[in-house]
Amino acid sequence: MKPFQLCIQNLSKSYGSLTVWERWSLTLPSGRAYCLMGPSGSGKTTLLRILLGLEQPDAGSVNLSELPGPVVAVFQENRLCESFSALDNVLLAAGPDLSRQAAFQELCRLLPWESILRPVSTLSGGMKRRVAIVRALLAPSCAIVMDEPFTGLDEDTKHTVIAYIKEKTAGKLLLAATHQEEDAAALGAEILHVPSAL
Amino acid sequence: MKHRTSLRRILIILFWILLWQAASQIIRNDILFAGPMDVVRSLCRLLPTVDFWAAIGQSFCKITLGFLAAFLCGILLGSLAFRLRLLKDLLEPLMLLSRSIPVASFVILALIWAGSENLSVFISFLVVLPMIYVNTLAGLASTDRQLTEMAEVFSLSLPRRVRFLYLPALMPYLASGCKTALGMSWKSGVAAEVIGVPSHTIGEGLYMAKIYLATPDVFAWTLVIILVSALFEQVFLLLLNRISQLNERSRL
Repeated sequence: MKPFQLCIQNLSKSYGSLTVWERWSLTLPSGRAYCLMGPSGSGKTTLLRILLGLEQPDAGSVNLSELPGPVVAVFQENRLCESFSALDNVLLAAGPDLSRQAAFQELCRLLPWESILRPVSTLSGGMKRRVAIVRALLAPSCAIVMDEPFTGLDEDTKHTVIAYIKEKTAGKLLLAATHQEEDAAALGAEILHVPSAL
Repeated sequence: MKHRTSLRRILIILFWILLWQAASQIIRNDILFAGPMDVVRSLCRLLPTVDFWAAIGQSFCKITLGFLAAFLCGILLGSLAFRLRLLKDLLEPLMLLSRSIPVASFVILALIWAGSENLSVFISFLVVLPMIYVNTLAGLASTDRQLTEMAEVFSLSLPRRVRFLYLPALMPYLASGCKTALGMSWKSGVAAEVIGVPSHTIGEGLYMAKIYLATPDVFAWTLVIILVSALFEQVFLLLLNRISQLNERSRL
């Protein structure tokens, strides 16, 4: 993938009297991972939603239309189609080049094989989280944003998941919101602190 | 446990039948009140006749036709109204009106406009349409907003959104709507037949029973209506359930 830059310029966003972001600028070159750190309610999710095009900033801009591909996400909630299998959930978002068999094999790297064809509603919270992660990583994209991606994962699983994320986001841009510095270190991510003035 | 509940159920039904028999023996007038034995006798007389089965066939076909047409139109209109706000606002007074107009008025109007032959098709259509329409709208509106955002982010195509987001949200509403609508289509369809008296129908059978004061026949026909409509309801809901399962299990 051709290198690119995600440019956020003079971004402002407020809800009523509550200012979440004010004239904030940032340039992120692709091919790297970044961790957005800050206390709860500091506007991390809002920023990610703006990057996904789900919300419009009050002022300022993000160069989404100039990016070489779509921005996809692991949401704070899993947002899976509960009555369908993990495999279907992954194939649903994947491009036409991903075969059923290839998707199955990818899922097998993070989940027990017997869980892959079961309806997602029967899976545990941690399993659902992994399905949501695989779905985002296999969908066509140039950048992936992740909102608290490791909730519900035990330490061992987390390491496997982090290795998988690093492999699949090579050359892309990864922006994850998290509370824990060690997650950022494990991802090899540059830490971006949410501006403390807010 | 399951045995005990089914035994309980049988005993409860038996209790009411016995009470019914007791009431009929106290009243001792089968024009005023027919007992279970009178009804069974009356059914035994009706069962071997061709007219009986022809009436069931005719009423079944017409009411079902009206129901199915309304089912399809209701889903179509509901889906369109979900997408097009203007259409929804435009249809709202019409749907409200059609739910508040008494069935009897519809029947008289239909008799004037179209005659009695296809009366029950028309009536069951009119009664069912607003129910399916309203439930389709409510079902589609119940689609999880978080999932529609997900669909937006992953740029899912419309057919995929329909299959993975809208259909699963719609199905429970549609099933509960159908349950009510199926019962209503039979009740209003037969009521229309009793008013319009189209030949060789259940409504005609009921009407004739009224003319001849054959109360056991009224009870027998009523029993038949309940059975046929319950059977149709079971089959239809089963089919709906199958569609839902097929949607979830068929490969992407």
